[in-house]
Amino acid sequence: MEKFEKLTGVAAPMPLVNIDTDMIIPKVFLKSIQRTGFGKNLFDEMRYNRDGTEIPDFVLNKPQYRSAQILVAGDNFGCGSSREHAPWAIADFGIKCVVSTSFADIFFNNCFKNGILPIVLPQEQVDLLMKDAEKGENARMTVDLEAQEITTSDGDVVKFDVDAFKKHCLLEGLDDIGQTLQKEAAIETYETKMAQERPWV
Amino acid sequence: MSPKTLYDKIWDAHVAHEAEDGTCLLYIDRHLVHEVTSPQAFEGLRMSGRKVHAPDKTIAVPDHNVPTTLDRAKGIENAESRIQVEALDKNAKEFGVHYYPVSDVRQGIVHIVGPEQGWTLPGMTVVCGDSHTATHGAFGALAHGIGTSEVEHVLATQTLIQKKSKNMKVEIPGKLTPGVPAKDITLAVIGETGTAGGTGYVIEYCGEAIRDLSMEGRMTVCNMAIEGGARAGLIAPDETTFAYVKGRPHAPKGAQWEAALTWWKTLYTDEGAHFDKVVTLRGEDIQPVVTWGTSPEDVLPITGTVPFPEDFKGGKVEAAKRSIEYMGLTPGQKLTDIEIDTVFIGSCTNGRIEDLRAVADVVKGKKIKDGMRAMIVPGSGLVRAQAEEEGLAEIFKEAGFEWRLAGCSMCLAMNPDQLSEGERCAATSNRNFEGRQGYKGRTHLVSPAMAAAAALTGKLTDIRELI
Ligand code: SF4
Repeated sequence: MEKFEKLTGVAAPMPLVNIDTDMIIPKVFLKSIQRTGFGKNLFDEMRYNRDGTEIPDFVLNKPQYRSAQILVAGDNFGCGSSREHAPWAIADFGIKCVVSTSFADIFFNNCFKNGILPIVLPQEQVDLLMKDAEKGENARMTVDLEAQEITTSDGDVVKFDVDAFKKHCLLEGLDDIGQTLQKEAAIETYETKMAQERPWV
Repeated sequence: MSPKTLYDKIWDAHVAHEAEDGTCLLYIDRHLVHEVTSPQAFEGLRMSGRKVHAPDKTIAVPDHNVPTTLDRAKGIENAESRIQVEALDKNAKEFGVHYYPVSDVRQGIVHIVGPEQGWTLPGMTVVCGDSHTATHGAFGALAHGIGTSEVEHVLATQTLIQKKSKNMKVEIPGKLTPGVPAKDITLAVIGETGTAGGTGYVIEYCGEAIRDLSMEGRMTVCNMAIEGGARAGLIAPDETTFAYVKGRPHAPKGAQWEAALTWWKTLYTDEGAHFDKVVTLRGEDIQPVVTWGTSPEDVLPITGTVPFPEDFKGGKVEAAKRSIEYMGLTPGQKLTDIEIDTVFIGSCTNGRIEDLRAVADVVKGKKIKDGMRAMIVPGSGLVRAQAEEEGLAEIFKEAGFEWRLAGCSMCLAMNPDQLSEGERCAATSNRNFEGRQGYKGRTHLVSPAMAAAAALTGKLTDIRELI
């Protein structure tokens, strides 16, 4: 997994509440064999007409937000099915950080597995960031995970909380596999022992 | 030392690392892989430049998407299904895991191929990106389903990050009566405990009725542990198990066999070991059962009637109402009056040779009802070959059944074998969810002999009237 370092980028505002995983990535895309490539179908039904043309009003279709790396969203983001395709689509699009007042639990955890930082903030601070995001391309925010703070384009600083262990994993770019591989010695010791005790396995 | 359950023993033998909070790295002895839940996991390895940690312990076979019609050698028509199968072909080759392609006679449903080839052995940990991995518990192996991220985790590390479940005992003392096979045990248990009754537990099935079962019957019982919500189901290995395993292609041989046997014989629950929950059903009390609703817990003896929603409590009232409507039934209607359009015999629950023999016993020399659509899909190419050798295939064809090639088929209808809207099916598979066998299709879960009986009479039928 890529390390989550300091991120400076455009933030896209999506004030809609209850954005569910079906909106994030509709189920017709689940028959894919890839974990990548979902970015073009991120928010598919909100983003495209039935004929495949873009809906110009949708935030990520606007020129100033096409390369957004941060999403400032309404309450209860990521609710619905547990599909890991949702964070896969978000990451594939290039978004590395989502800010909201709350997240659905499974989605929240899936984010960390895929190098995405979900940040929970009180309403007034989300409102502040939402306003900043609405300024468009010139409003580049900085998310500093190490210092646990977001700096708006005006220089306002918003502090946020994050689980210490999850922070460590993101900073180091460790996914579950990465962490388990840190215990490779234990696995090897086990395998050596088993080659003696249960060689038929 | 305090007495241990079978689950405790297998667990303890596989902990490669334990963190302070009790989170363990559980070592995985066998990783089974199929085409639907693995492509992203292999892709993940590729993206991070990782290898499969133990390709020798990894076995792949396509089953969910493969056509079961006799002309399947000409390829898969549905593009997405074809791509998933081709991806497995490619991944298996590139990562060097054991592979049984569609063209191999040993190909079949992953949970049938594993035991058949001797990959599944007592005391092992077995995982697969598939919930019915529970099947392998019949060997006294700790076996459960995992998600795609975990598939990748196991591929890369041969371990799984786990916390221990609780112990539950399901005891079936006494003998089964004629016409009651393993399928009725497992359905009756779910009817008793509910689909969430096993949540948080690993079940050990025991008692005389379980001991008396063949390995194939035991696989049928453990297969549906997951429908009872359990993480896994287990049966302690015994002489029946050892006899089944011996001589299979990947079973240990010679001195290793002796060593393995010595260890396997220690795999039982110690006298006085603690179970967090115990359920007991007497073998004599279990009757041939059938599901009436859209949850595997909607089980009734075949002699019963469709229930009234008001007979239930709490949230189940609404669910029962919805189920009965979906199933197109009338409360109070006799179950044996329910007419069937289609019969599906197969799946990892009941697609083995003994299941097919049970069907042949019922239909030999008879004809299925006019207009009935009936198919038999063997669980593997080897099951199919054996059924042909034993003359079962001839019996099926003469009776009017379609005799298919191996795969999951109409168990989940990911290939073209599907129910149409409103079509009613007696199925030997394990899930009767809304839409499981096709959009708006209606499924009644039954044993193989009961499915065969329904094919003859055109109705749900008490098998005891035909024997
Ligand atoms: S037969 Fe059915 S339950 Fe078994 S693995 Fe295939 S789809 Fe799953």
